[in-house]
Amino acid sequence: MDTTARPALGRRLFPVYAALALVLFVTAPFVIAWAPFEATMGLVQKIFYFHVPAWWIMFLSVFICGFASALYLFKGKGSADRLAVAAAELAVLFGLIGLVTGPLWARKSWGVWWQWDVRVTTALILEMTFIAYLLLRAYGGPGSERLAAGLALFGVLNVPFVYVSVDIWRTIHPATSVVPTLVLPMGLAFWWCVAAYVVLYLMLLEARTRLEEQRARVDELYLALED
Amino acid sequence: MSRHARRAVGAALQVIGAAALVWLVLAHGACAPAPESSASAQPQPPEQPEEFVPIAELPPEEQLPAAPLLVTAYAFVWAVSLVYMWSIWRRLATVEKELAEVARRTQDQQRSL
Repeated sequence: MDTTARPALGRRLFPVYAALALVLFVTAPFVIAWAPFEATMGLVQKIFYFHVPAWWIMFLSVFICGFASALYLFKGKGSADRLAVAAAELAVLFGLIGLVTGPLWARKSWGVWWQWDVRVTTALILEMTFIAYLLLRAYGGPGSERLAAGLALFGVLNVPFVYVSVDIWRTIHPATSVVPTLVLPMGLAFWWCVAAYVVLYLMLLEARTRLEEQRARVDELYLALED
Repeated sequence: MSRHARRAVGAALQVIGAAALVWLVLAHGACAPAPESSASAQPQPPEQPEEFVPIAELPPEEQLPAAPLLVTAYAFVWAVSLVYMWSIWRRLATVEKELAEVARRTQDQQRSL
């Protein structure tokens, strides 16, 4: 195992990430308040600034989990497996944020909490795929790491469907063309929130990966003790 | 049958047919809904819009306040992030305690050898 070869850079950067995330999230409401109101939806459209970055980070985490799972499956790297678990858990966390903030927005703008729309439904399936990944890791017993890695690759394949679904099928969900057409103050608020989410994600990924590596060290020491 | 008898039967059938026709007309009238006495007797439902109406133009009773939804969304992001950080911190503390215990046992074993 290569648990002792943990790069110290991530650990050193942890307080920097934490401080930066705190500053960005505390100031985010002021930047969002400064952005103009959208013409038809009004105030509730400002949920967009928390909702869309949460899904983007969820997709990022799914890609990291998928890439690390492929490394583990084809190269057998234990460190990649530990990164995959951490990324899968964070994918579920940010997916949960997206699935809660979306209905809060929909209740006002669509008139319903939930709609079995193609985007919303495929996003729910993606979230459930990674919940299944975590359940498999927790209760699957020996060898479940490889099965879970395969499931993660399946989850990665679902991401493009979720993303382009609004452009292919008839849907009431806004299309992917919204972000490039934002006016400057709205764009600033949006990218401010994206930066906040990215820093929060890096901080949580660092902490969660560290937890997984400490667990691997405990297992390594138990094996040494038995020998 | 005599000629008079045939006439009598024909007259009776005409009377019965006329009576049946009157009965049918009356029965249909009784089953049909009563005509409305006036338009103001029952309250009329409000007219539904037939095309897209911006939220700002809806009547106040049909508008939901947006601020609680927005504040809930922001608070949820904070709450879930803090709870998750606390969860990692708690799990990390447990693992590091276990790590220290196993490391101590390993050292004890090495000393005894």
